[in-house]
Amino acid sequence: MKYIQEFRDQQLARQIAANIAAIADPQRHYHFMEFCGGHTHAIFRYGVQDLMPDNVRFVHGPGCPVCVLPMGRIDLMIRLLREHDVILCTYGDLLRVPASGRTSLMKVKAEGADVRMVYSTRDALNIARDNPAREVVFFAIGFETTTPPTAVAILQAQQLGLRNFSVFCNHVLTPSAISGLLDTPATEPKATDEPALRLDGFLGPSHVSSIIGTRPYEFVPQRYHKPVVIAGFEPLDVMQATLMLIAQLNEGRCEVENEYTRVVTRDGNRKAMALVDSVMERRDSFEWRGLGWIPDSALQIRDQFADFDAERRFASLADGDAPQSVDHKACACPSILRGVKKPIDCKLFGTACTPENPMGSCMVSSEGACAAYWSYGRFRDPMPRPMPNSAGQREVAAP
Amino acid sequence: MNQMVKRFARGLDIRNGHVDMSHGSGGRSSAQLIEELFVRHLDNELLRQGNDNALFSVTAGRMVMATDSHVIAPLFFPGGDIGALSVHGTINDIAMAGARPLYLSAGFILEEGFPLAQLDRIVASMAAAARDAGVPVITGDTKVVEKGKGDGVFINTSGVGVVPDGLNISGDQARPGDAVLVSGTLGDHGVTIMSTRENLQFETSLCSDSAALHTLVAGMVSVAPDIHCLRDPTRGGLATTLNELAQASGVGIKIRETSLPIRPAVQAACELLGLDPLYVANEGKLVCICPADRAAQLLELMRNHPLGRDAAIIGEVIEDPHHFVQMETGFGGQRVVDWLAGEQLPRIC
Repeated sequence: MKYIQEFRDQQLARQIAANIAAIADPQRHYHFMEFCGGHTHAIFRYGVQDLMPDNVRFVHGPGCPVCVLPMGRIDLMIRLLREHDVILCTYGDLLRVPASGRTSLMKVKAEGADVRMVYSTRDALNIARDNPAREVVFFAIGFETTTPPTAVAILQAQQLGLRNFSVFCNHVLTPSAISGLLDTPATEPKATDEPALRLDGFLGPSHVSSIIGTRPYEFVPQRYHKPVVIAGFEPLDVMQATLMLIAQLNEGRCEVENEYTRVVTRDGNRKAMALVDSVMERRDSFEWRGLGWIPDSALQIRDQFADFDAERRFASLADGDAPQSVDHKACACPSILRGVKKPIDCKLFGTACTPENPMGSCMVSSEGACAAYWSYGRFRDPMPRPMPNSAGQREVAAP
Repeated sequence: MNQMVKRFARGLDIRNGHVDMSHGSGGRSSAQLIEELFVRHLDNELLRQGNDNALFSVTAGRMVMATDSHVIAPLFFPGGDIGALSVHGTINDIAMAGARPLYLSAGFILEEGFPLAQLDRIVASMAAAARDAGVPVITGDTKVVEKGKGDGVFINTSGVGVVPDGLNISGDQARPGDAVLVSGTLGDHGVTIMSTRENLQFETSLCSDSAALHTLVAGMVSVAPDIHCLRDPTRGGLATTLNELAQASGVGIKIRETSLPIRPAVQAACELLGLDPLYVANEGKLVCICPADRAAQLLELMRNHPLGRDAAIIGEVIEDPHHFVQMETGFGGQRVVDWLAGEQLPRIC
C-alpha cells in the first residue's frame, strides 16, 4: 500500500534502531510516554519495543478516548435510554465499555434499547432525518480529532432543521490532559501503593495535532521541562520520534519538535478549529477516568446551539444529578492511564478482566493499553497466574 | 413438472408476489411454493420422491455430517448471494474432513412480505451452486414468520459426505514442526460485505470469494493423505481459525506477516476502517496443516487449482504451553495473534 508500507519498512526500522542504540547513553534510562492509544497500538502491533535498547522504555499514556471517559457518563446514557424512547448513536468502541452494575450499552441494547453503531456523525444525522418522530442522540466522544465532525453535524442539523437531533458532548482536550497528568501524581499519589511517574519526555499526539498544530504543547517544555516530539502512528514514526527525544535529552535541549511533518504544522488546521470554536466552548471542569477532575479540559455546546445539546434537552442528564463514577476497586486502569502501572501489574489483568469480559475500559478499546498488552504482547511477560477457564472466576466482590 | 403446475388454478406470481403466512401453513399454498419455486430450480431424482425425507443408499466406510445457518445482510453481494453461500458453506464444512460431499438439505425461514422474485433468484443461485458442485439438495423445509420477526430469509443447509479410507484429518492433529498453508487471499468476503453495508458504503472492485472447496480438497488428500488439519477460516478469519487449531492440538503456531496473501484493496479498506484482515471472514479459503515434507508438493498442487492460485506457506506449528498464535511482523518484531474478542469494531481516533 503506497504511502503506508513505506512507514513500516523493516530495513529502515533496523537503521533507526541502530541509530538509537548508538546514541542512547547506557548510563541512564529513557522513559517516554506515548500519549495516544494509536501509538500504543503501533508499538505492540509491530513489536517496536523489541527493537529498542533495554534502557529505552515506553510508558503508555491516557490518549484513548474510551479509556478516559468516566463510567458516570455511560451510566447517564443508560439512564436516558431507560427513561426515554431515544435512538442512541455511538461509535462502536463505546458499546462494550463497562458501566455501573455490570451493564454496558451493548447489554442495554440486548435488553431492547435502541442503540445503533455508527461510523460517522453523518450516519447519525441520516438516522435523525429518517426517524422524525424519534429523538436521536449522538454520543460524541474523542479528542480534538473527532471534535470537528461533531461540530459539523450540529451545524448541518441546524441547516436541515432537524428538531429531533442532539449531541451528548464528551469531547476532551489533549493539552489539558498532559498538564493534569504532570500536576497530580508527583505531588499527591492517588493510591498509597502507587509509584511516582518516571517520565523523560512525550511522543506527542498524531491525529490530534493535525487539527491543533504543535503550538499548544509549547507549555510542556517551558513549564514542566519535558521535551515533546509530535509522532505519527506508523511504527517508523514512533521510532524516529524516539530517536529525536533521545537526541534532545543528550544535547540538553528541551523543546517541541515535529516528526509528523507530512501532516502536522505549527498552527494546525485553523479552519477546523474556528468551526469547533463557533459551536463549542470550554467547560469549567470535566472528570477524566484515572486523572480526576481537570479544569478547562473538555468542551460543551454553546448556548446558541442549546437545542442540539442533549444535556440541556433531557432533564435526566442535568449536571447535579450525575451518577457517581465508581470503578471496580481492584481495577488498575486509573494508575495505568497515569503511566505509573503496567497492565500486568493489575490483579484483574487476564483473570477477571479480558477483552471478552472487560472490567475496565482500558481492556475494551483496541487503543487501550490493557487490550494492546493482552492482544499483542502477552508472550513477552509470562502470565503471573494460571489462566482460569472462564473469565470472572477470580473476580473480587464488586464495590 | 408441467403436470404439477397444472394442479394449481393460477400460477405463483413470482415477478410481483410476496411471501405470505399461507406459504408456511402446510396447505395448498405451501405445496405450490415448493413445486413452482423450490423444486423447479433444485429438481433432482431424490427431491422428486416428494416425501418429508429423502431415501438413498450409502457406501461402506465413514461418513461426515455438517450443518450451517446463513443470516447474511445484504442478501445479494458482489461475487454471490445467500443462496450460493449456503451451498458452499456446508460443502466446505464437509470437505474439511477430507470428505467427498454427497447430499444437502435446505431449510428456509422466510419473513412474511419477502418478494418472491428475490426468493426465486436466491433459490436459482442455490441450484446453480449445487449443480456446479455436483452435490444436490435432496430434501428441504420452509417456514414463514410474521413480518418483523425475521430478516427476509434465513437458510440452513445440512449435508453428508464420505471420508476416504486412511484419512485422519481433525483440528487436534497439528504437531510441532508441521507446515501451515492457506489456499489464497485473505479477507475478500468480509471486506466485500462491509463495503455494501448501508452505513459504510465505499467503492471497491472486490468480490466475495464464496466457493465450494471440495474439488481442491480431493486433489490435496489424494497426494497427501497424511494432512493433519483442514479448516475454512470463515467468521473470525484466519486468526480465529489458527487459535482454534492451536488450542485443540495443544500447540503453538507461528506465522510470518510477509507470507500472508492479502490483496492491496483489502489491506487498504482494513487500514481505512481500523480493522485487521486476519480477523475478516473468508468463504472460499482453507487452512491446511501438514507434515513439513509435504508442504512443497501440496503448495504446487493447490496453485494449479483455480481456487488455490494464490496459495502460500504462511508458517509452522511450534511447541508452546500457552498455545499462542504468534506472528513475525513485516516490521521485524513479534506479536500475539489473539482470538477475536466480541466483534471487530472500527476505531474512534
